[in-house]
Amino acid sequence: MSAGGGGLGTPRALPSSGPRALRDMPHPLAASSSEEAASDLTPSPDLLLPRSFADKDLSLPNGTPVDTSSPASSSSLLNRLQLDDDLDGETRDLFVSVDDPKKHICTMETYITYRVTTKTTRAEFDLPEYSVRRRYQDFDWLRNKLEESQPTHLIPPLPEKFVMKGVVDRFSEEFVETRRKALDKFLKRIADHPVLSFNEHFNVFLTAKDLNAYKKQGMALLSKMGESVKYVTGGYKLRSRPLEFAAIGDYLDTFVLKLGTIDRIAQRIIKEELEYLVELREYGPVYSTWGGLEMELAEPLEGVSACIGNCCTALEELSDDMTEDFLPVLREYILYSESMKVPADVEKCQDRVECFNADLKADMERWQNNKRQDFRQLLMGMADKNIQYYEKCLTAWESIIPLLQDKPETK
Amino acid sequence: MHISFSNNFCDPCNFSSKMMEDCLSKKIEITVSEAEKRTGRNAMNMQETYTAYLIETRAVESQTEGQCSPPDSLWRRYSEFELLRNYLLVNYPHIVVPPLPEKRAEFVWHKLSADNMDPDFVERRRIGLENFLIRVASHPIICQDKIFYSFLTQEGGWKEMVNETGFQLKADSRLKALNATFRVKNPDKRFTELKHYSDELQSVISHLLRVRARVADRLYGVYKVHGNYGRVFSEWSAIEKEMGDGLQSAGHHMDVYAGSIDDILEEEEHYADQLKEYLFYAEALRAVCRKHELMQYDLEIAAQDLASKKQQCEELATGTLRTFSLKGMTSKLFGQETPEQREGKIKVLEEQIHEGEEQLKSKNVESREFVKSAWTDIERFKEQKNHDLKEALISYAVMQISMCKKGIQVWTNAKECFSKM
Repeated sequence: MSAGGGGLGTPRALPSSGPRALRDMPHPLAASSSEEAASDLTPSPDLLLPRSFADKDLSLPNGTPVDTSSPASSSSLLNRLQLDDDLDGETRDLFVSVDDPKKHICTMETYITYRVTTKTTRAEFDLPEYSVRRRYQDFDWLRNKLEESQPTHLIPPLPEKFVMKGVVDRFSEEFVETRRKALDKFLKRIADHPVLSFNEHFNVFLTAKDLNAYKKQGMALLSKMGESVKYVTGGYKLRSRPLEFAAIGDYLDTFVLKLGTIDRIAQRIIKEELEYLVELREYGPVYSTWGGLEMELAEPLEGVSACIGNCCTALEELSDDMTEDFLPVLREYILYSESMKVPADVEKCQDRVECFNADLKADMERWQNNKRQDFRQLLMGMADKNIQYYEKCLTAWESIIPLLQDKPETK
Repeated sequence: MHISFSNNFCDPCNFSSKMMEDCLSKKIEITVSEAEKRTGRNAMNMQETYTAYLIETRAVESQTEGQCSPPDSLWRRYSEFELLRNYLLVNYPHIVVPPLPEKRAEFVWHKLSADNMDPDFVERRRIGLENFLIRVASHPIICQDKIFYSFLTQEGGWKEMVNETGFQLKADSRLKALNATFRVKNPDKRFTELKHYSDELQSVISHLLRVRARVADRLYGVYKVHGNYGRVFSEWSAIEKEMGDGLQSAGHHMDVYAGSIDDILEEEEHYADQLKEYLFYAEALRAVCRKHELMQYDLEIAAQDLASKKQQCEELATGTLRTFSLKGMTSKLFGQETPEQREGKIKVLEEQIHEGEEQLKSKNVESREFVKSAWTDIERFKEQKNHDLKEALISYAVMQISMCKKGIQVWTNAKECFSKM
């Protein structure tokens, strides 16, 4: 897949416009081919040159011709994205990811940093690519800044700040990975948001080499602000009026309740599966022991023993998958939904209400749509894992049928 | 559901084909078709509840001719089956006598009842009893037994007939003392090994059945908990617009999934019953080895006895006292016996020796014949066991395959519902 070279460039994004259609730039977060694609990406002077929209020779790196007249034609590119078929035809020009956790041991403290990678064509960014290291504190700071500066919008939640020392190992692979995924999700949600993604603090978070310097500057500014800022950050998330927001509040209450129930059920299933696994682990070897007593039956019994062993492995994989992939995503959604629920405040300023409500409504719709996609994916994933488990077991049992039916040599 | 076991494998190697042809099972079809609860009075005139089983027999020829003549039938209860089997055990000690299904439900997993009156238990016992009768009828030797035949055909007075054979008196009570050891100097090595094998087999199948019951318990739990998804998806769908239908129908599939485990585990009980049969067969096998041990022991005791009598005789005849005896001492103290007395003694001993030699000869013959015929039946049993257990393992694998396919089906259906969310 060729990219970047040969005079194919990308159009310059117009300032203060929304997302632009992607042209010849391959999707940097595409699953398998991302390595080759990414390596081809070099910031070139061509990137800044305006492009003729009348040029009909445009085609995507994978050879699919692009209809320049309609933004919806970038949908084939979107199919390579993780969140496919969403955003109602919106296109993306900002991609972020969180990975590569590293432990830092200093005299005062030990902490983890994560690599935050950004790839973008937006004019708001000086470069098309950034790679910075951030720690949890920095994410927390970002979230607070967003809440302050965008009080009319729903800000995605962060994973838990405090962990009980001694109970949870803050540096265990499992904990770090769970946190990394949550931080990744947090940034992606902001990057997808048509308003939040253009927030100045967000930009700095993604790009600044020295975030701390910027933070100090920001703190100074904040102390100069008066009552109005504090007033705005009073936590206007969901209002008691109009009626539809009350309905949303009710919905969220029930929704979170149901998710909680599903979480408990899933945990229970995993527990039962593990107990089943314990018994299976004793069961298989008994066939083997029996085989040791027998002559003609030795091989068939060994075969059954091995088969049960394979089923054990498959079951272990299933419950691991559920624990590592299903439960965390579910829980994160519970947190996310919880974060949107706030005791309704009495509005103090009538004229702001309309603006607030419109933004919230838009955000709620986005949220609902994303929720539908996310759960569709999550539940289909759960079904898939179970299907795979049964397929593995099926293969194991089918393969020993010929062994069992094998006729011994006549004496 | 009526399942009858097919005619069992009779190894032609050591039995003539004529004997196979003569097997009762080839001539009549035997079924235990019904079970009925009865109340009656027991030996102590107390009221009791028991289950009676209907045994139906039908001549094979009448069916092939296209006639559908009604079968002969009679009712028997479990204790009568036990009586029959004990009779066979005593009269055919060289045969590995087919076992009865268990008296009380053992190796149950929690959902199954351990109650003998439970319909599922009764049903499985019915099948087990039918299997027992077919096994006996398929055995070339015991199928010819008259008592067995009357058991199948003569309702009244059968018990009295059996007791009149006096088989209980013939029974060697020592056979019941399973763990008593008899110091046998020259056992047939094959029997020693076989006894060891039967002990190991009993142990391993017991272990297998215990763990299998626990596995069934756990699997039941896994499936049933999924039923909770059905309920919560239904509740959740009520507050959703677009997602509602998909969730609701997926929830239905979760209910189906949870419900499917009952049939799956019921089928697996048949597999457990097949294993149990061989658990009990191991006991029958052990009994034959035990019998050999006792015969050998008796033989050796008789030989010892004979040897010591001969020695006594020799001592008396030659006047030398090689062994210490109280008589010898007392005669020393109180005076020697008269020559006439000694003569008398020698004569008695010589008679006893003669008798002993005859007995020993016949015991030897008996023992050799026992070894020969027992080993023949053991070989027959080995073939049968290998065949049957292989079939059992195959049917178990088939059950697992079916369970996997059902699982794939249900989750695929659910996945489709989720995709429509």
